[in-house]
Amino acid sequence: MDELLKLLQGNALETRENLAKQLNLPTAEVAKRIADYEKAGVIRGYQAILNEDKLDLDTVTAVIEVKVTPQREGGFNHIAERISKFPEVRSAYLMSGAYDLLLFVEGRNLREVAAFVSERLSPLDGVVSTSTHFMLKTYKRLGVLMHHESSDERLSITP
Amino acid sequence: MNGSPSLRNRINTVVRDIPRSGIRDFFDIVTTMKDVISLGIGEPDFDTPWHVREATVHAIERGATHYSSNLGYIELRRALSKYVAQNFGAEYNPDNEVLVTVGVSEALDLALRALINAGDEVLYHEPCYVSYRATILFAGGVPLAVETKAENGFRLTRAMLEAKCTPKTKVLMLNFPNNPTGAIMSRQDLEDIAKFAVEKDLIVITDEIYAELTYDMPHTSIVSIPGLRDRTIFLHGFSKAWAMTGYRLGYACGPAELIEAMMKIHQYTMLCASSLAQKAAVEALARKTDVDTMIDEYRRRRNFIASSFADMGLECHRPLGAFYAFPSVAKFKLPAKDFALKFLHEERVALVPGTAFGECGEGFVRCAYATNLDNIKEAMVRLKRFIGKL
Repeated sequence: MDELLKLLQGNALETRENLAKQLNLPTAEVAKRIADYEKAGVIRGYQAILNEDKLDLDTVTAVIEVKVTPQREGGFNHIAERISKFPEVRSAYLMSGAYDLLLFVEGRNLREVAAFVSERLSPLDGVVSTSTHFMLKTYKRLGVLMHHESSDERLSITP
Repeated sequence: MNGSPSLRNRINTVVRDIPRSGIRDFFDIVTTMKDVISLGIGEPDFDTPWHVREATVHAIERGATHYSSNLGYIELRRALSKYVAQNFGAEYNPDNEVLVTVGVSEALDLALRALINAGDEVLYHEPCYVSYRATILFAGGVPLAVETKAENGFRLTRAMLEAKCTPKTKVLMLNFPNNPTGAIMSRQDLEDIAKFAVEKDLIVITDEIYAELTYDMPHTSIVSIPGLRDRTIFLHGFSKAWAMTGYRLGYACGPAELIEAMMKIHQYTMLCASSLAQKAAVEALARKTDVDTMIDEYRRRRNFIASSFADMGLECHRPLGAFYAFPSVAKFKLPAKDFALKFLHEERVALVPGTAFGECGEGFVRCAYATNLDNIKEAMVRLKRFIGKL
């Protein structure tokens, strides 16, 4: 992967100038490449990585395994894209193994997620069965540890 | 502390007369201050890779808490022999040509003590790691410092060695990639040095602790040059590339006779390196992906710091290895130590004055980029402001 993209994945707020200095490139070149990635849809957006456990949000996240029947035309894509359009669905993946789709669904409480599963997800044509698990605590998200405060154990000057 | 003169007189004169490390003095000042950004730390800011730490915990659970053989666990020596053959171009027999030590520092001390008779001369290049001169003196040797220069990219040349070498010179010490200058040597540079070592019949001790950390071209070891393996003691360890400084694990590879001599001292003074650290090292060698990630990060910081110096008009030869930049501050007409102290007091950024690495480091400061980019960015802002006022 382009080193520029790796740096943006680490910190999307880094200035173009500082990215350019690290990569030994002119600033204009970095700005152009980012614009190109955005235009081509490689960069889909920029988000903050939150430790939601610290926010007392009273929301729940469910991980739902879904078995579906692939369609003659379009295979899994048609049903997967339909399901992905629900705003409650935060992430959706096609999986190998015992089920087909893995969904991360957010709701205000258990009942709301249950209602989503029973009233909107399960009745869809092509959905064969679902299995819902509720997330209890987040330890790591998108490569970032949620409960680790970094500390520098090193002496302030060493040879 | 003044101490009692009668006790002072009883201290071995060599030990007594060696000044404290210049870095120590500076450290004492920095520790009294708060909120200092330190570019003075000669060790990685990265955590030791998790798989290595995990393996250490496993080693404790398994009870690998006893002495190992004096040379080190054979499984580690085999892994080291393979690693050195693959990456440095010399074959060593793990049974009698590899010695596991407590850091490269111990290995260097053993090598010098095993070779030096009182009065033998040792050639080494300055600016250099703070311990070299002292370690030579402790071993009873006579240190012959050779100055490397910024205009040469701090590389060592045959002519510099010729000028200092005498019939009493027995050993040549090398350290590339170099602490504190970040200099490296090309294969061609080393071939000249190798030829010189053969002609003068010198034993070479090469400290290659920063070997993995080169940014624009791969590292070449002098042991890979034909004829050198059999007159060289190769030193390496896990502190820098694997961020394992506190494990204190190094090793020496060399011809069996020399390793045997070093082992004699090691067995009576150290017995063996930490068994836990040795188990961790086996795991470290098995997977290098974290090391590669760290190298990429150091390279980006190197780029950042070099271009920041260029932006503010600070002269600096391009650092090619290790994690140090060594810019010249001579134009500010302040001794390096005063520059570093003034900068520390006014802007709360710690650098190490070049003089800590030998007299010829006057006019330079060492900036370690083994600290996170946010710190480096802020330090560069402060440095620019500081030199603008000088």
